[in-house]
Amino acid sequence: MSNKNNIQSLFPILKSSVNNNKLVYLDNAATTQKPNSVIAEINKFYLKENSNIHRGVHHLSQVATKKYENSRLVTQNFINARHSHEIIFTKGTTDSINLLASSFGQLLKKGDEIIISEMEHHSNMVPWQMCCERSGAKLKIIPCNKIGELDLDMFNQLISNKTKIVSVTHISNSLGTINPIRKIIEISHQKNVQVIIDGAQAAAHVKLDMQKLDADFYCFSAHKLYGPTGVGVLYGKENLLNLLPPYQGGGEMIKDVSLLKTTYADLPHKFEAGTPNIAGVIAFKKSLDFITETGLGNIKTHEDKLLDYATEKLNSIKGLKIIGTSSDKSAIISFIIQDIHHYDLGLLLDKMGVAIRTGHHCTQPIMKKFKISGTSRISFAYYNTIEEIDHLILAINKAIKMLS
Amino acid sequence: MNMSISEIEHEIIEEFGVFENWVDKYDYLIDLGKSIPKINPIYKTDENTISGCQSQVWLHAKCENSVIVFTADSDAIMTKGIVALLIRVLSNQKPEKILDAKLDFIAKIGLEEQLSQTRATGLSSMIKQMKIYAFAFKEKL
Repeated sequence: MSNKNNIQSLFPILKSSVNNNKLVYLDNAATTQKPNSVIAEINKFYLKENSNIHRGVHHLSQVATKKYENSRLVTQNFINARHSHEIIFTKGTTDSINLLASSFGQLLKKGDEIIISEMEHHSNMVPWQMCCERSGAKLKIIPCNKIGELDLDMFNQLISNKTKIVSVTHISNSLGTINPIRKIIEISHQKNVQVIIDGAQAAAHVKLDMQKLDADFYCFSAHKLYGPTGVGVLYGKENLLNLLPPYQGGGEMIKDVSLLKTTYADLPHKFEAGTPNIAGVIAFKKSLDFITETGLGNIKTHEDKLLDYATEKLNSIKGLKIIGTSSDKSAIISFIIQDIHHYDLGLLLDKMGVAIRTGHHCTQPIMKKFKISGTSRISFAYYNTIEEIDHLILAINKAIKMLS
Repeated sequence: MNMSISEIEHEIIEEFGVFENWVDKYDYLIDLGKSIPKINPIYKTDENTISGCQSQVWLHAKCENSVIVFTADSDAIMTKGIVALLIRVLSNQKPEKILDAKLDFIAKIGLEEQLSQTRATGLSSMIKQMKIYAFAFKEKL
């Protein structure tokens, strides 16, 4: 575990005290903490490199442009995309999905169908509801079973020649289930249906290979990968991104503008209107470097160990029930405790320095499915330790004692 | 003679002053939550619900002998503890006194974070709703 202390020392915020206790940060599915390298890069940009990108002929603009575009190349390598222009920088996963729902919406008509799942984050649900309202398309929902796994038989029944898009999450943010997206993509492609994967909870935890996976679109956020907030990635296959109409109009996304007619720029700029989060995108490279140097294999092994250990310890607490018990889970555990409200538990754990998330986790439909108003959720990152889980368990037991 | 709002606030601040650590303070709050007079279940309606992102509050008000009597409940015990304090301070008071109440005792006993989480608990909305009742009953009286 001494090695883990070295990892924690790379993340300055983890040294903080909260309510006179050393911070135990277990809310990584909401956002991860940032290593020194990312923080230093943001600082460096504003200290020495700040300039707007792409159009400037002066030195600073060229430096900023080069570094910004280098982040695109590093992102391409990180997910093994075929081309760097298949990487679109957005504000985050929510923005990426909204881009797709808005642009696809222009191509959809009444009678078309979109399939999502019951366990989607509101971010992969509401944009499609809005898209359906605008286009007249219909939304179909893949249900999930009692342990929080998608019902693929139902999916097979739902998908038809009316289906135009399937959009599902790679890993459920409230249940931790790793969905069989490869199978979903295979079934969809047999019917010539395009697949969007919400990878917000996956990209920091499992190795991604776009060419092997064959997803048509894949979305994720930098801030859940030890990177800055306000930066997201939309990966899309070149031919499909070319077919989609632009999302927002403005600078950067144009080729030629006259007063009445504009021709659009090529990929990726067609989808990057306006000045982006330049510092964020540049610093994002450092977070990808951190993950690559650490190795996603090592990350997964460590997080699986934390998941198994925490699951066992939590299950030994009387009255505690884990929600989402698929055999294929990522580093997320949602649970409820008999007769204890999640808000009360979250508040008391905070007093003991433990940061967890409580509530419906922006997945109200799945909470209704399990007939609960919310859960307490812990989620791990590579810097978490077995000792922190021990502290969590002590804190939960103390809270239960106070509350009952 | 009823105690005034500021007298009750002062009393609560003194009560909380004796706690040396957060555990004792929160234990007391939990006890308050458990001892809150029960709201009549018929008043636990959608109309009387004040929703927060995490917990919710039910609030009922009636006017008796020119004072307002509040009863309330919450699904979370911590929220319920603060609800109990608010009721102790504001229930059985005249509408105009309720409207004037600043309720700074909550900050003074170190529980202001409970109120600032407006989306979380519905407590801020509860205070607002209590004042709206006071305003409405004042017009009626």
